[in-house]
Amino acid sequence: MTENSTENTEWPLWEVFYQPKDGKPFEHAGSVHAADAEMALQNARDTYARRSEGIAFWVVPSDQIVASTPEDVGPFFDPANDKPYRHPQFYSVPRAVKKRK
Amino acid sequence: MDTQDQLKEFQQRIDNGEKIEPKDWMPERYRKQLTRIMSQHAHSEIVGMLPEGNWITRAPSLKRKLVLLAKVQDEAGHGLYLYSGTETLGVKRQELIEDYLYGNAKYSSIFNYPTLTYADICVIGWLVDGAAIVNQTMLAKSSYGPYSRANIRICKEESFHKKQGYEMLAKMADGTAEQKKMAQDAVNRWWWATLMMFGPHDTDSPNSAELIKWGVKTKTNDELRQHFVDRMVMEAEAIGIELPDPDLTYNEETGHWEFGDIPWDEFWSVVKGDGPMNRERIKARRKAYEEGEWVREAAKEYARKKRLQDEKAS
Repeated sequence: MTENSTENTEWPLWEVFYQPKDGKPFEHAGSVHAADAEMALQNARDTYARRSEGIAFWVVPSDQIVASTPEDVGPFFDPANDKPYRHPQFYSVPRAVKKRK
Repeated sequence: MDTQDQLKEFQQRIDNGEKIEPKDWMPERYRKQLTRIMSQHAHSEIVGMLPEGNWITRAPSLKRKLVLLAKVQDEAGHGLYLYSGTETLGVKRQELIEDYLYGNAKYSSIFNYPTLTYADICVIGWLVDGAAIVNQTMLAKSSYGPYSRANIRICKEESFHKKQGYEMLAKMADGTAEQKKMAQDAVNRWWWATLMMFGPHDTDSPNSAELIKWGVKTKTNDELRQHFVDRMVMEAEAIGIELPDPDLTYNEETGHWEFGDIPWDEFWSVVKGDGPMNRERIKARRKAYEEGEWVREAAKEYARKKRLQDEKAS
């Protein structure tokens, strides 16, 4: 930073999520700075949906996002492979049923 | 300090073609290099609004005015996508902007040239945005997730920029003798500066090898430049425009167009701040930033008051 640096007048940071189409899940688009939620929505629209990329927005203050850490990858997302009975492949179907399909 | 094991594991991920996300471990130098190139890219988009904005009021028709307005708005958007991406590396946008306005952060040297006639706007769309697309299509494959995603968004919009420029230039080249002359003159003035947009020769580019090793870039400056020249020769021919290089020759063996020496002395002098418009551009950006301060403060104060009111009401 330099001597010209003013005090922090930066608006808070918001994360932007958009829904590309009716029925689709929301996706992260990026972030915007805005003084409040209403302005965050407007800025999100101007920044991330100029060419009808979405039909709905969520904006969330960035510091309100709680995220897992990369170190969590192993244990946190353990798919419990020791419980194969959770998957349909675990069960056998009589041959006759398959053939008739 | 980064340990050898961490570096090795990181390189392995890059070599496997994995994307690096903001919370992943990364070498300090990777973070630094990314902050540098992503913020430079953002500054370039923002400063790029100036030479074009200059012509909005003087566009030759309402249609061209609308097109130019939309394009300049896009450049602002591109700057914002990139700043948003850069912030995921843990830097504040205000710091980036202040480093750009009052420190020594760089932006693309191409924006330090003046736009003398409306034909320059056509040529910026065709050549400058054409070169930007070549570069950004490569960067859309970057190893850093947020940078890659920002570039994917940018590329989707950039092709409109290039096409509108090419279309306008084609019209001009097909117009009256005077219009044709204007178009050719603009191409003559912008051609070499556009080739410089890809950066120095690979042999003179201090950061290239490292950026490629880390997959931040996936092609070298010279490779990108060659790809661009090959395309542009074809496109220029199609509309009857000449490229101002007597040394342009097609090499049957390589299938590439060979071109003359790039005036690198000019490039370095513009990079060092002595281009025709360096001082004006920074002055204009500083003015906009400083005179906009009250707006930023007022919006904050308005939001604070509204919040108080809402709290009282509930």
